[in-house]
Amino acid sequence: MAEFTLPANSKVGVGKTYKAPAGATRVKAFKVYRWNPDDGKNPVMDTYEVDLDKCGPMVLDAIVKIKNEIDASLTFRRSCREGICGSCAMNIDGTNTLACLKPIGEVKGEVRITPLPHMPVVKDLVPDLNQPYAQLRSIEPWLQAETAPPPDAERLQSKEERAELDGLWECILCFCCSTSCPSYWWNGDRYLGPAVLLQAYRWIADSRDEATGKRLDALEDPFKLYRCHTIMNCTQTCPKGLNPAKAIGKIKQLMLERQG
Amino acid sequence: MKDVREALMVGRNTEGKLVRRPISPFMLGSAYQFQMSSATSILHRITGVGLGLGTLLFTAWLVAAAAGDSAFSLVQALLASWVGLFVLFCFTLSLFYHFCNGIRHLAWDAGKGFELPAMHRSGALVIAAAIILTVAFWVIASFIG
Repeated sequence: MAEFTLPANSKVGVGKTYKAPAGATRVKAFKVYRWNPDDGKNPVMDTYEVDLDKCGPMVLDAIVKIKNEIDASLTFRRSCREGICGSCAMNIDGTNTLACLKPIGEVKGEVRITPLPHMPVVKDLVPDLNQPYAQLRSIEPWLQAETAPPPDAERLQSKEERAELDGLWECILCFCCSTSCPSYWWNGDRYLGPAVLLQAYRWIADSRDEATGKRLDALEDPFKLYRCHTIMNCTQTCPKGLNPAKAIGKIKQLMLERQG
Repeated sequence: MKDVREALMVGRNTEGKLVRRPISPFMLGSAYQFQMSSATSILHRITGVGLGLGTLLFTAWLVAAAAGDSAFSLVQALLASWVGLFVLFCFTLSLFYHFCNGIRHLAWDAGKGFELPAMHRSGALVIAAAIILTVAFWVIASFIG
């Protein structure tokens, strides 16, 4: 259901402040969401002052520096540090993005960092993504075909057929888009959300896949697909520059076309 | 129907005891920045509700007209008051905004205007058009009397 405020156990308090070391030349404050399942307290925002002259250019560099040098208990996901693994997706300065692709210099004033919005928090900046993962499984994201492939070759595509997949295959499943979507916040129990619908369209659009009818049948549902109201927060926030709103629009068009 | 996500709101701490997890901040404005995308969408909702209420008001006006002179003149006087005029202004603003943004939604349904620069342009255009049409409506209305 649509709720507009956080429940009592999720209200965010004020946390500790870690001052910059003496002699720091270019200080930037990072306000970071902290929640520890072991202390029984509400989440807080801790403030870390970081000397940018001794820090890499991206927000991920700053939080790695905080973990290494200031507070080893800070918990977050990261891996590739180049925008290809999708691990460090978080809300930075009021929009979802990948910490590794977000330059600190783009943020005016203090940098507010919270987990991906409206998700259960495992610890600090780590959200529980089981719901979107289960939804991804539900759309069966693999190639399905009755026809056997040619015995001596792969299933081939023309250049045009392959081009249909551009803007879809690049998705790294960071779920920045799904967790930016107000409709997903409020209906995420049944609405699949932009990331999973983009994946659904990736297989619908694939010329080698023969299960298009079945895939569309599965999406023909007032909630799974049609809770998309073209808000377009998804496209606005995608750190890979993809367009989930457009992919969802294409699914809706296909639904109409097959009704004749 | 119970929200299935409720199952994920429970986790275990280091000792293995069940703990209730918090939900991460999400509110538009405070936790998630208002953008052209969400702002124009929420305005569409709000003006849609405004249109529903305005239509009730319009029905009340018609009912009063059918009920007789005294009822009709009362409603007329209410609508001509400052409060009444403000409500009518909001009603027309809702009408024009919802109409213009509705055209924007029709374009999306036809598969057009999904690129970000187009979305920002059409959003700004809709807001400007709604304001211009509303002001023009009231200027013309005040001339007609």
